[in-house]
Parts: sequence; structure tokens; C-alpha cells
Amino acid sequence: MNILNIFSEIEKVDPEVYERFDSRRQVFKYMSGFGKKLAAAAVPVAFGAVFNKAYGQTGNNADIIAILNFALTAELTDSTYYGKVLAANSPDLPAEAKAGLQIIFDNEKGHVATLQKAITDLGGTPITIDEARLDYTAGGKVPDPFTNYATILALGQAFEDTGVRAYKGQAPKPALMNNNAVLQTALQIHSAEARHAAYFRRMRRMSQNQEANKPWITGNNRGGLPEFAQAVYAGEEATTQANVNIASIVAGTVASEAFDEPLEMAQVIAILNNFFKEGQKLPG
Amino acid sequence: MSKKINPPDKKSDNIIITSLPLQRRAFLKYAGAGAALSTLLLSGCNDDDDGKFNGVVDTPPTPPPNPNTTPVNLGSGDIGILNYAYALEQLEAAFYDMVVKHAAFTTTFSNATERSVLTDIRDHEVAHRDFFKAVLGTNAIPALTPDFSLVNMTDRNAILMAAKTFEDVGVGAYNGAGKLLTDATNLALAGKIVSVEARHAAEIREMMKPNTFAARGGTPKPGEDAIITMMGLDLALTPTEVLTLAKPFIKNSINASSLPTS
Repeated sequence: MNILNIFSEIEKVDPEVYERFDSRRQVFKYMSGFGKKLAAAAVPVAFGAVFNKAYGQTGNNADIIAILNFALTAELTDSTYYGKVLAANSPDLPAEAKAGLQIIFDNEKGHVATLQKAITDLGGTPITIDEARLDYTAGGKVPDPFTNYATILALGQAFEDTGVRAYKGQAPKPALMNNNAVLQTALQIHSAEARHAAYFRRMRRMSQNQEANKPWITGNNRGGLPEFAQAVYAGEEATTQANVNIASIVAGTVASEAFDEPLEMAQVIAILNNFFKEGQKLPG
Repeated sequence: MSKKINPPDKKSDNIIITSLPLQRRAFLKYAGAGAALSTLLLSGCNDDDDGKFNGVVDTPPTPPPNPNTTPVNLGSGDIGILNYAYALEQLEAAFYDMVVKHAAFTTTFSNATERSVLTDIRDHEVAHRDFFKAVLGTNAIPALTPDFSLVNMTDRNAILMAAKTFEDVGVGAYNGAGKLLTDATNLALAGKIVSVEARHAAEIREMMKPNTFAARGGTPKPGEDAIITMMGLDLALTPTEVLTLAKPFIKNSINASSLPTS
């Protein structure tokens, strides 16, 4: 049987035939080697299984939409903040830092638009966050969040380090792993967030007497952030990865820096909720 | 230049999160239309893209093997991808180790913070390298023979330029390889490392030129100022792209023909 012909025939009526295979390896598995080992009669059955997976159900996108809406929640919380800082145009904010913040804000707006489109494409509804729900003073714990330079850098660091951990926690979930395109996009956002985090950390190291605050995370050190931000760094002190003791390779502090740790959705929501007013908290 | 298998999405600046159609010529591979074709650049489809395989397979020019080094086969599946990461981490670790151990290090980098940064990065890359070696165990590729003769190790800018490129390539490599992994544990581990590489990239970039940590542009490339798309997305590179970029710095010939491609 000419498999190639089958596909090209299907493509005439369904141009997206190749996109329907949520894992192309699935096809590979059936058609290379494995297929040859099967009795000829079984080949159509195996082949049918592949097609059934692709066409049998339109699939339930709820899991992936939930993850993307969660990511969108975090992005909206961050980007709304940066927008307000730039709008406040504080004289305390040096021109170079303002330019850096503009880059970050523009990137975050791109993340928001990317996530919104992905959610819509999957048949979901992108969540929105009414700005009236947000309180960037964290209930009074963070004075002058839009105008004080030190505070702007500190909140930026907290938001970006949280964002990195949030994407890292979701990437290995089956819903993302089963969608190559969305997974790759999530990873491309994830590393952009890490670049942002490193920038805020560097700016704090240089301007806020935070010499020990490196672009990477040392242990679970929150680098002078308020105590409620400790949750952003909880678990970052890990020095064992996949049963390998990294601290036996390099010094313990460096071993913890060399690997960033994920956060689960509920942990991220708890951090974000510091910036939502009472009665307006995110569920979960 | 023949067509590459799985060329990168040229429209990455548009908002795209729909699966790209599986390239027909890549699909030929899955369908067993030929032997292992990953190292071959297929021109198996006519330019008018009528879907007919014309049977032509171009082999790229093969450089003469270096008699002093072992050809290295990365292997297949998740092991192959982990070996691919291991190869890159070997390269990075060797580079920074050479930088910080160079006799001129303290004069080339007169700023103590910068020396501390480069030493930290060296330690992180060593940690990544030895971690992969431990995880891969008997499946690990051998130690590679790096070649940094192209980098003037007494020139701050040359060193940072190379570092910037290595870090961007590293980030792009992990971002492009994530979808090639099948095991969630392996993807989680790659995720733990890639963000640290991105932190390195940002810091190195700032050491060279302010506000290039995540500079935006239409066609981001490793080592260039613009590294993030106008949609805020970082690089994602295929193993073929990455190994082409890394080739001048590795004496071994690296065989990536068994790596998964999707």
C-alpha cells in the first residue's frame, strides 16, 4: 500500500492532515521498522489506529486552554504593572532602565497577544483581568510601586523570576507535551522571561547595594525582596537533580544556581494573589 | 544550498501557534522511503511543491574527518537529545574554563564582578556537563575535542562575542529540542537548565552593550543584538542549525542522523 499516496489524497480534502497528528513520532513509530515487523494484515490496523487518533475525536482542548489561560493571567499581571510604571514616567527611573523596561513591556505584550491567539485558535476564551482588581502595593507592603526605582526593580525581579518558574512548571504537562507548536512557543516565552529576570537582577546588583544578587538565583535567597516574596524562591535551593548530587560536582551555592526550579500552578497563583485586592483574588 | 529538512518558520514574527504542516519530504523519512536521511538534504520535492517525490537525494559535502578525533554519534530518541545537550554543555564548559584559566584573565577582565560572573558561568556549565554525563551513563558520548583557536583569548570583546553566541545558541537549542523529547522528566530537566542559559545570555549581552539582554528585531539570530521576535519570543533552533553553528568549535565530526526531528 502506498502510504504517501494516502496522505496526499487526504490532503486534497484536508490540507491540515499533517497537523492532526498531535505527535508525529506516533506516525514514525508505526511506519518505520515497527510496521515492517507486523504481519501484512496488521498494518492497516496499526495504520488505522494512527488515523483514529488523528480523526477519531476532535480532542478536548480544555487542559491546554487552562494552562494557557493561567500563563495569560501571569502575563497580564506583569504587563499591566510595567505599563503603569512606564506611564508614571517617574523621575527616579534612569533613562537606561526605562529603555530596558520598555523592551520588557513590549515583549510581555507580545506574550499576551501570542497566548490570546493560541487560546482562541484552540476554541477557548482568553481571560481578562479588570485592572480594578489589582493592587501593586500588595496591601500596603510595597509603597510607591510605580515611582520608586528600587521598588520597580524589586517587583520586576519578583514577577520575572515567578514567570520563569511558572512556565517551567507547565512545560512538562501532557497537554503541552502533546502539542509541539504550543510547547515550543511556551519555551520561547520561558527563556525570554529568564532574560528579563537576569536584567532586573543585574540592575539591582549594580544600583541597589545588592552585590550578592546575581543574574542567577543563589539558593533560595530573595535578594532583599520583602518577606512575602520568599515564596518566589522557595525550592530554588535544590542541589540534587535526577538523583545526581550537583553539589559533588561544583560548590553547593553554584550547584543551586546552575538549575532553576519549577513552580506548580497553585504556588504561582498564591504569589500573584499578593497583587490582587481582597475579594478579588484569583481562584486556586 | 539544498533545502534543509524542517526549515525554521520564516513567519515567526506573526502570531503563530498552529502546528506547521509536517513537511512532505520529512514525512518521506517516516514512511521509510529511504534509509536514515537526517544527514541528507533532500530535494525530494519539486519547487512547485506538487508533492511528488522525484527521487533525488543530495548529500552535503563531507569534510575530511580529523584523524585525531573520534567521530561521535549522538544516538536516537531522548538519549540522542540528551547527548546533543551534553555535547553543547561540553563545548560551553570548555570555553569558559579556558577563559577563566587564561594567564591574561585578570587583565583582560579587570572588573572583579565580571570575573566573578564568568567564573560562575564556567561552574554552571561544568555542573550541566557533568550532570548530563552522569544521567547518560553508558549512553554518553565521549569527551569532545573543542577548538577555540578562532577566539582571541586576550581580547575582552572577542571573548564576550563568542560567549554571547554560545549562550544564544544554547538557549535556541534547548527551545528547539524540547518538543523532540518524549519523557516529561527529561523535558523538566531541560527546562531547569535553559533558563539559566538565558540568564547567562542576558548578562553577557549587558556586559557588551546596554539593553541588548532581550533586544527585539525582525529576524533574531544567535550573537546578534536582536534576539527576541517582535512577538516577544526567544530563539528556537533545530539540531541541524545548532550543530552547523557549533561545528567550527568542535574537532570531532558529530553524527546527528538518528536524532528525532519532530
